[in-house]
Amino acid sequence: MAQYTRTRLDASFAALSDATRRGVLEQLGRADASISDLAEKFHMTLTGMKKHVGVLEQAGLVTTEKIGRVRTCKLGLRRLEEEAAWIERYRQLWDARFDALDEVVEELKRKEKVHGRKKRE
Amino acid sequence: MKNRTTAERKSERELVVTRTVNAPAHIVFEAWTNPELFKRWWVPKSAGVSLRSCEMDVRVGGKYRLVFGHDDSNSMAFYGTYIEVTPHSRLVWTNEEGEDGGPVTTVTFEEKGGKTLVVLHDLYPSKEALDGAIASGSTAGGMNETFEQLDELLATLSDKGL
Repeated sequence: MAQYTRTRLDASFAALSDATRRGVLEQLGRADASISDLAEKFHMTLTGMKKHVGVLEQAGLVTTEKIGRVRTCKLGLRRLEEEAAWIERYRQLWDARFDALDEVVEELKRKEKVHGRKKRE
Repeated sequence: MKNRTTAERKSERELVVTRTVNAPAHIVFEAWTNPELFKRWWVPKSAGVSLRSCEMDVRVGGKYRLVFGHDDSNSMAFYGTYIEVTPHSRLVWTNEEGEDGGPVTTVTFEEKGGKTLVVLHDLYPSKEALDGAIASGSTAGGMNETFEQLDELLATLSDKGL
């Protein structure tokens, strides 16, 4: 698993090492765009832009979807947002549970104190 | 003052929750392994779900079974087996209600200066299993169930045109 994580990190750092690809990410942060839009903005050939988007896609930084004849690119963050929201709900459940546990534990502590005192008497 | 609960996805297959409890480990362990006490906190009042029964045979190979809901028609059971039971420091159990094997839960209790650090670790059988749980929202436990019940209630209200 550590191996896998390293491979993925390598892929994202490699993807981010290129100024054009960083520019593409900034652009997609403002709005989704097609490959030809991106190629035009960055004064590149369609083939060149396809390669850059491919690298970003492999690193999981961008997702693409073909609608009709146009391939639209967007930031690949959606999944992480969903995941973060789910983990926050999971945390809240545990937080509520632990608050209730605290009450039970306080009661046990009080009982033990009384019991301990009796023993010493 | 209230202690902080943290939750993170530690890896592709693991979720980890931590919390410090203001009591020695033997008390926290007692609250975790005595069904009468467990029942009082496992389903927080805010979850709005009731725990109908709670059976726990806390020993290696022993089973537990929790039944949530109001009556037979809408109840939901959670069950599994204790794999490790080390008094006051460690509990490991399986979650067997899922179709292809749920996570294995490990809880450790580490006492320090009269307080106990509780670390709860859920290890899923695969990345896909944890991704699937997140996608379906299923293991958010009671909370999610509550939202589902609310959704159902709202659906019946709108059916009636209210």
